[in-house]
Amino acid sequence: MNNWEYSESIESEKIVNIEKKYGNFIDGKFVTPKSKQYIDTISPSTEKILSSISIGNQQDVDYAVASAKEGLKKWSKTNPSERAKYLFKLARLIQERSREFAVLESLDGGKPIKESRDFDLPQVAQNFFYYAGWADKLDIAWGNEQYKPYGVVGQIIPWNFPLLMLSWKVAPALATGNTVVLKPAETTPLTALLFAELCEEVGLPDGVFNLVTGDGSTGSHLVNHKDIKKIAFTGSTGVGKYIQKSLAGKDVGLTLELGGKAANIVYSDAALDEAVEGVVNGIFFNQGHVCCAGSRLLVQEDIEEKFIKKLEKRMQTLNVGNPLDKNTDVGAINSKDQLDKIEKLVNEGVADGGDLFQIECELPKNGFWFKPSLFTSVQANYKIATEEIFGPVLTTLTFRTPEEAVEIANNTEYGLSAGIWTEKGSKILWTADRLEAGVIWANTFNKFDPASPFGGYKESGFGREGGRHGLLSYLKVSS
Amino acid sequence: MSSKTSLKNSVIDWSSTIDMIDNVRIDELGVKERTSSLATRSIKRDSKLEGLKKIVSMCDLTTLEGEDTEGKIAQMSSKAMTPDPSDADVPNAAAVCVYPSLVSTAKNIVRDSNVKVASVSSYFPSGQAPLESKIVDTQFAINEGADEIDIVINRKAFFEGDFRKVYDEIVSLKEICGDIHLKTILEVGELETYENIKKASLIALSAGSDFIKTSTGKISSGASREACLVMARAVREFADSGYGVKGIKVAGGIRDSKDAIRYLVIINEELGVEWLTPEYFRFGASSLLDDVLKQIKKLKTNSYQSSYYFPRG
Repeated sequence: MNNWEYSESIESEKIVNIEKKYGNFIDGKFVTPKSKQYIDTISPSTEKILSSISIGNQQDVDYAVASAKEGLKKWSKTNPSERAKYLFKLARLIQERSREFAVLESLDGGKPIKESRDFDLPQVAQNFFYYAGWADKLDIAWGNEQYKPYGVVGQIIPWNFPLLMLSWKVAPALATGNTVVLKPAETTPLTALLFAELCEEVGLPDGVFNLVTGDGSTGSHLVNHKDIKKIAFTGSTGVGKYIQKSLAGKDVGLTLELGGKAANIVYSDAALDEAVEGVVNGIFFNQGHVCCAGSRLLVQEDIEEKFIKKLEKRMQTLNVGNPLDKNTDVGAINSKDQLDKIEKLVNEGVADGGDLFQIECELPKNGFWFKPSLFTSVQANYKIATEEIFGPVLTTLTFRTPEEAVEIANNTEYGLSAGIWTEKGSKILWTADRLEAGVIWANTFNKFDPASPFGGYKESGFGREGGRHGLLSYLKVSS
Repeated sequence: MSSKTSLKNSVIDWSSTIDMIDNVRIDELGVKERTSSLATRSIKRDSKLEGLKKIVSMCDLTTLEGEDTEGKIAQMSSKAMTPDPSDADVPNAAAVCVYPSLVSTAKNIVRDSNVKVASVSSYFPSGQAPLESKIVDTQFAINEGADEIDIVINRKAFFEGDFRKVYDEIVSLKEICGDIHLKTILEVGELETYENIKKASLIALSAGSDFIKTSTGKISSGASREACLVMARAVREFADSGYGVKGIKVAGGIRDSKDAIRYLVIINEELGVEWLTPEYFRFGASSLLDDVLKQIKKLKTNSYQSSYYFPRG
């Protein structure tokens, strides 16, 4: 009687209806792509083909941008409280169909259903509710200055939080009177396509929201399009730099939300059991595919041994497996490419001399998987200590004093987020003051609120999403 | 100290105890978050049946009322031995828990079974009596044949900051218990903060308790999953320090299977499956058992039975 494995508790795939093939959503309807080129989108947990999506070419992007330009005429004149109504409707519909969206997100992206159900979807709806509320209050958002929307906005979103990143971008853009051409990541387009169906259902005026699926080439057409007035991009720093170069010298607005290598600083006077939870959540949430993941554990030297022991024990209780199982804590790696990248970096970490701990667990035969991993005995010059791994891999560094902790934490090209763990309030404030990061959590990690702005320092990007500041990403001062 | 006392029951000295207490740091939100996250575990089919049977085997069937009579105790003791006469697969309960004056009645009935007799003592539920009285109370229950003793900590001393007195009293009571299992009730509803709960847990464990128990069931605020989590972490810290493996009993307000399963999940994930036996985890309950029996029937027959299909306890 001495074992208690949880039986499988699988969320049903049958509640979602996936088409064999998808076109683009332009001018208020789904249209056949002009490119006639398709690519399969697969489930990373089974490698099963889910559907075929189009790779938008120049003509597809032209069509979408033209539609957005046409849509802008009406949308920019639409009474702000009317704009709010559409956003409220979308928020409510997302809530109503959140189970469907959650299953789709987990199927297409590999994240555990408990995360898509309890984190992604509630956040998505909240973002739409939040920005719906601002739509008719823009005049009081930023004082007396007069603001106007950019116009046609191009938005390129990543594969780690597909629908959530859509909501971060689409909701404020529409609330402020812009029209949108959105390109989702090629590995995770399905929730954006379902969102397009909702836009049709709520009767959003034609051309206000347009969706072109595709890969990097599609994104490039969008970035370089002459009628785009603003680009909002979330993704890798490499692509972000490319976009910034492409737009240099043009009158096109730009916000970038890029990579990170966040420090999670654990002082010896922290509540250690809760800090362990926070560190685990900080790096293994969404398989570590999180730009603000706490991927560098900075632990005070006098508690390193004790803390690592607790951490390893806790990691061993993580359930890795089928993303649709309600008891799964860590799902599948999003793609083969990403898995290769993680493996390569981890191998280099071992070759450099890092001590690797991986939990004991059985991984499914098909699909892309990586065991939750922890590196200790790492030096600051190892690649695993500086490069974003974007996977379930935590790198440990130690420090002696608060000054040293801050120095190590800031010793990175990134500056997106950071975590501080101590029971001493004054130490939290002292540390937070000195960290160069857009978001700093104290005694918690990965907490989000639509009312709170999010964004980076240094090579983690610029511009803010969320909150009142998020409105500024889609408004410019009237001439 | 009794010569029979094994290493497992040895008392940890006061200075080591103070070291542990001084290092207690708990983040309240972190505790709540972890507890509610564990509550989302979806326990179905085989794991549910297995869990429910474990719960039956971990039940301390309890009645602690002024109106308790020999007849009532006989009924309950008999139910503890065979909770569901229609299903041999259902195990017996762990123990019956009664007042000292009814220990011998219970013992006479369960004598030849695996069911233990637990007695509350030490001026349960308030503990507001001199140590001499608590010792007499406890010794009486032992003489009557109790296998396990449930005492309360001295909350007066705890809140007055006299931790040493709390510890010393438990040490004295454990001394007369010897090998008899000592469960020490913290009354978490009165301690209120998680830091208090953890400190009291560590004091009780250091003083030689075999179990720490959440509540008396005599105040409105009984067991909570958060308190259980904090106590589990105290037990883990104690074991990790090489001081011995101890148990937890949750009692007071746990009425249905769903809630009880959530407690099992906490123990399973915070301490490990080794703790999921009656030797290390117990439920103090009166009405919980019937709901668990109904759920077991439901899983096996797919139909939900009325209470009158199960014997009264």
